[in-house]
Amino acid sequence: MQTNMPTNDDLIIGGHRFHSRFILGSGKYSLNLIKAAVNFAKAQIITLAVRRTNTADSENILDYIPEGVTLLPNTSGARNADEAVRIARLARELGCGNFIKIEIMRDSKYLLPDNNETVKATEILANEGFIVLPYMYPDLYTARDLKNAGASAVMPLASPIGSNRGLSTKDFIQILIDETDLPIIVDAGIGKPSQACEAMEMGAAAIMANTALATAGDLPLMADAFRQAIEAGRKAYLSGTGRVLSRGASASDPLTGFLHD
Amino acid sequence: MENQYFVDSKNLSENALKRKHRLETDPSSRTNHMEYLPGMEQINSDICEKVISHMDSYDYLQYTARDVITALEHDTCTIDDFKALLSPAAEPFLEKMAQKAQKETTKHFGNTVYLFTPLYAANYCDNYCVYCGFNCYNNIKRMKLSLSQAEHEMQIIHNSKMEEILILTGESRSKSDVQYIGELCKTARKYFKTVGLEIYPVNTDEYKYLHECGADYVTVFQETYDRDRYEQLHLLGHKRVWPYRFDSQERALMGGMRGVAFSALLGLSDFRKDALASALHVYFLQRKYPHAEMSLSCPRLRPIINNDKISPLDTGERQLCQILCAYRIFLPFVGITVSSRESESFRNGIIKIAATKVSAGVSTGIGDHENKYSGKEKADNCGDEQFEINDNRTLLKMYSDISESGLQPVLNDYLYV
Repeated sequence: MQTNMPTNDDLIIGGHRFHSRFILGSGKYSLNLIKAAVNFAKAQIITLAVRRTNTADSENILDYIPEGVTLLPNTSGARNADEAVRIARLARELGCGNFIKIEIMRDSKYLLPDNNETVKATEILANEGFIVLPYMYPDLYTARDLKNAGASAVMPLASPIGSNRGLSTKDFIQILIDETDLPIIVDAGIGKPSQACEAMEMGAAAIMANTALATAGDLPLMADAFRQAIEAGRKAYLSGTGRVLSRGASASDPLTGFLHD
Repeated sequence: MENQYFVDSKNLSENALKRKHRLETDPSSRTNHMEYLPGMEQINSDICEKVISHMDSYDYLQYTARDVITALEHDTCTIDDFKALLSPAAEPFLEKMAQKAQKETTKHFGNTVYLFTPLYAANYCDNYCVYCGFNCYNNIKRMKLSLSQAEHEMQIIHNSKMEEILILTGESRSKSDVQYIGELCKTARKYFKTVGLEIYPVNTDEYKYLHECGADYVTVFQETYDRDRYEQLHLLGHKRVWPYRFDSQERALMGGMRGVAFSALLGLSDFRKDALASALHVYFLQRKYPHAEMSLSCPRLRPIINNDKISPLDTGERQLCQILCAYRIFLPFVGITVSSRESESFRNGIIKIAATKVSAGVSTGIGDHENKYSGKEKADNCGDEQFEINDNRTLLKMYSDISESGLQPVLNDYLYV
């Protein structure tokens, strides 16, 4: 028997197509593990901090990114929109391409994103032709503002970054998934494959993880586990067994069937 | 007080010697260490009061094993949990603390270890801090690098592939003025990605100027938060003013610096109280300036030229490890630096648990990088060291040792924006 799995279920961001829905972080584990992580995760996008690429070190992180993988440079270290914009422009000059993940934090303890500044930076950078993926606190109004500002996706946090706590903001992420006409990429706080799977079942477009891999005993094996969980969650979502597709679907025996006008 | 620190030099004049002895023995000959001197900015901050009230009321003997176990079970470490972790009751739990600390370090920093090296640009000092090799009465070879000499030193360090530098001067505003330090920062920006300063405390507008010259991090060691003990150890000079020093980091942040570093010099006073105060200084300042990047160091006393008896007393390696684990559990997001004052084996161990930054290729002397880096004997035209370092590893060796232990050495993670 055939399934209803579409033959083409690509993730589309800013007009670019990706088979993989697993975005890898880098920087929290040794550079020589990046290639294995990418291979086992079957990832096509990897994020990296522009500030880490600003090095003369012979072991520049850029040299460890396998060919064909799309770089998603981030603006970590930026404390306001102005700094994020400058870092993004530098990323482009460094040859990191047009993708940019905006990270603006004014809190060194929890690294929570500043939604207001993020909207400002998104508008400036989208106007400059960047494909902007903003890291944000899951707030519906901000998501709408980001869409209007030209974001190509939004990246709400599941939990504080690095916490491995899973979907603490689940209900709010669900609202973003339901109400925002952009891919919702769940970022930060996903600690286990089961949590990634759950987010995908909810209808998230992709998952981004870094610490979960960095803190694993066997990083490539964990990368593989995440890939499978994300694929499983995606299939579950498409199969319609989750609450997302069941809502709004027509009942087989409609309650209003008695109406004849 | 113990006089293990006092050393007389034959080179001092009779009058100088007399004054020195009077300062050492007669407290009434010394100025009020809690009173600001003319020109010292007062910012009326509330941080000091908060830190000191916790420190003064800290009775670490009241904590029990039960308190330590509770602290280790908590997801978020409260101030009281932290006090328990610093107490003697926590000593039997050191391995458990290390395991928890390691988890926190990995969550926040992955497996990265940052590298830096200090550049001592001058060793002139106007202060008499009795335990320090640079103190104004100590008979050492004094020197201040000219700007071209400093640039030459920076080139040598730059050629070793180091990307972060910490510029230090002795605490002499007259010999190493703010303008001079500003020029050092501008030169350093040409060769290094990250420039930090460890200089005498200055006013907000001066920190702002130094930030504009290229410095972005400021380290000030309070030495001890115990004001009475501080008074007995810092007998002369600007450094004697305890509250002006305490507010240095806040003035640096007000001046626009991105990050600030803190520490007590462990072994000068009750190390548990000093460790508590250091961490709470970070904790309360972070709440007030949440964007700032904070880091803690943990220097212990070391022998100096003309006095090899100086030691960290009761702060052994186990105690130091306990402090660092407690720091990590209480403040999981802060950088922790362990300098070359500590041994190779201690540093190799602690970077796996709590430390995120180590120095390498270190000289605490003036103008001797060329000789040290090329393995030559010290030349006559160099200034003497502040203290004896313990871990002599070069950057290359440190880099490979870190890599081989499964960690990731990082030379730069910073943009000046």
